Amino acid sequence: MKKFELIEHTADIGLNAYGGTLAEAFANAAYGMFSVIADLDAVREVESRQVEISEDDAEALLFEWLNNLLYLFDVDRIIFKRFDITEFGEWKLKATCYGEKYDPSRHQIKLGVKAATYHMMKVDSEKNEVRVILDV
Amino acid sequence: MTRWNGPIEKVDDYRWMIPKSYKSGMRVPGLIYADKDLLEDIREEQGLEQVVNVSFLPGIVGYSMAMPDIHWGYGFAIGGVAAMRVSDGVVSPGGVGFDINCGVRILRTNLKEEDVKPKKKELMDALYRNVPSGVGSEGKIKLRAGEIDKVLAQGSRWAVEKGFGRPEDLETTEEKGEMSGTDPSKVSSRAKERGTPQLGTLGSGNHFLEVAVVDEIHEPEIARVMGIDGLGQVMLLIHCGSRGLGHQVADDYIKVMVRAMQEYGIELPDRQLACSPVKSPQGQAYLAAMRCAANYAWANRQCITHWVRESFCTAVGKCEEEAGLELIYDVAHNIAKLEEHEVEGEKRTLCVHRKGATRAFPAGQRDVPQKYAKIGQPVLIPGDMGRFSYILVGTERAMKETWGSTCHGAGRLKSRAAAKKMVSGRDVLNALEARGIMVRAGSMSGLAEEVSEAYKDVTSVVRVAHNAGISKIVARTRPIGVVKG
Repeated sequence: MKKFELIEHTADIGLNAYGGTLAEAFANAAYGMFSVIADLDAVREVESRQVEISEDDAEALLFEWLNNLLYLFDVDRIIFKRFDITEFGEWKLKATCYGEKYDPSRHQIKLGVKAATYHMMKVDSEKNEVRVILDV
Repeated sequence: MTRWNGPIEKVDDYRWMIPKSYKSGMRVPGLIYADKDLLEDIREEQGLEQVVNVSFLPGIVGYSMAMPDIHWGYGFAIGGVAAMRVSDGVVSPGGVGFDINCGVRILRTNLKEEDVKPKKKELMDALYRNVPSGVGSEGKIKLRAGEIDKVLAQGSRWAVEKGFGRPEDLETTEEKGEMSGTDPSKVSSRAKERGTPQLGTLGSGNHFLEVAVVDEIHEPEIARVMGIDGLGQVMLLIHCGSRGLGHQVADDYIKVMVRAMQEYGIELPDRQLACSPVKSPQGQAYLAAMRCAANYAWANRQCITHWVRESFCTAVGKCEEEAGLELIYDVAHNIAKLEEHEVEGEKRTLCVHRKGATRAFPAGQRDVPQKYAKIGQPVLIPGDMGRFSYILVGTERAMKETWGSTCHGAGRLKSRAAAKKMVSGRDVLNALEARGIMVRAGSMSGLAEEVSEAYKDVTSVVRVAHNAGISKIVARTRPIGVVKG
């Protein structure tokens, strides 16, 4: 099964992410976002960060999850490529995220992502699908 | 993308109205500045539905407006202008965007194209080397603990006092580069963490430095007041914003306001429009934090200005007075401000949201620098990297109709994916070089996404703003060198 697909949007980039569970769709959305930012093939899993969030509803959880990762990318300069969501429920998640510090000599950055937005956001817990538009 | 099929009524050749009757919940009609051709492009996507969504916001006055460069954004359309009554209206972080005070400044020089041409390669290399750019770029400025709060409170003044730039730069910056009403304690520690290492960086995406030459002068007398002397004169444009600090402020307050909307009983068609009453604690806190982010962006452009001047000095051998490099003006094009405007014959304080729109105040307005009191505020409209940029001035008509606002750029026409399908970064580079535009770019795929054809023609956008009377064309520049993040 496809992890995610990009959606056409004039100024920004959208993505649909899929999974066998909703947690997996959240992980794949994060993977999709980082593959917009960089070529993930060259990124090794040598650094990790714990993320723990709790929000009022599903959309807020997705918004915070992705923006939290962008915050970590900005301050710790880690390009993440694997997301182990160890706890997932209404509406909180705990995850360990793996990746590598950005190294301009080895990593190809494609595009900066400013933020994940609420615009057209969808969290479908029956199909285990999510949609998000990224501000780039 | 889906075409928008809602109702549009023609007002005149440059104005189109979306009637309030289109959807229940619209508090005011939509008003779009466009000609027939641009309107066709605009209707090809959902930007107009976003204009409609904005008209739902409490306290909105007049119209939910779209400038001719409008395109589909998130929440507000890009190119959107909306003013809310302070008394009972709202402020929306989505009406400003994530890149708070993304903006443009332009410097004039005493140099002609032929002075720079023999040293252009050295100049472009120096600019690329001296101004950190690209995703994840970190600046050369090391802020001491706590010093970020000074940047947030003082903006450009902080930078000038640290030796980045000249005191007179402040006079020709919107808000003098230092918005009042800030409160650094309303900016989260996360935002400060993101902003601290990034001060003095260009960023990526559509942000750029551009070496340009004047190639048309429409209003020679007005141009002369700005120091635009003649054709072939070299100019320098800087386009960037508040980096991760601004993005985090927007994130933080969108979250705050999503919660607050329940408290205030506000319901909206798009959560990205989340808002709170201007007078509420949440609204006041956002405005204080947003002004901090705006000041950060001005400090950022101010530091970059200093390195641009250094680059001219070392690469072209023209320093200080010999080079000129005076700041003509600096405008914000993602911002919300409390301003006094006339509403139905009465002066009222409004919270004017400009998201991808530029302030365009006429001659005689208090906030226009002394130097430009007789000509009006300079308005800077960068085009895409292969085409032109324009310098305009604000007008009385803008003050009356658009809360003193106009367009901000060319406006995207095609998605990034579509642009990349058309060309590769290498093709874009070659095509630009063939036209005498030297490019320095961090990312080849980023370059492809910024291909000229992905944008509307800035000339047709600016012509609408001019013909509609909401700003007046003064001069045009064409690029000869570009640094992309």
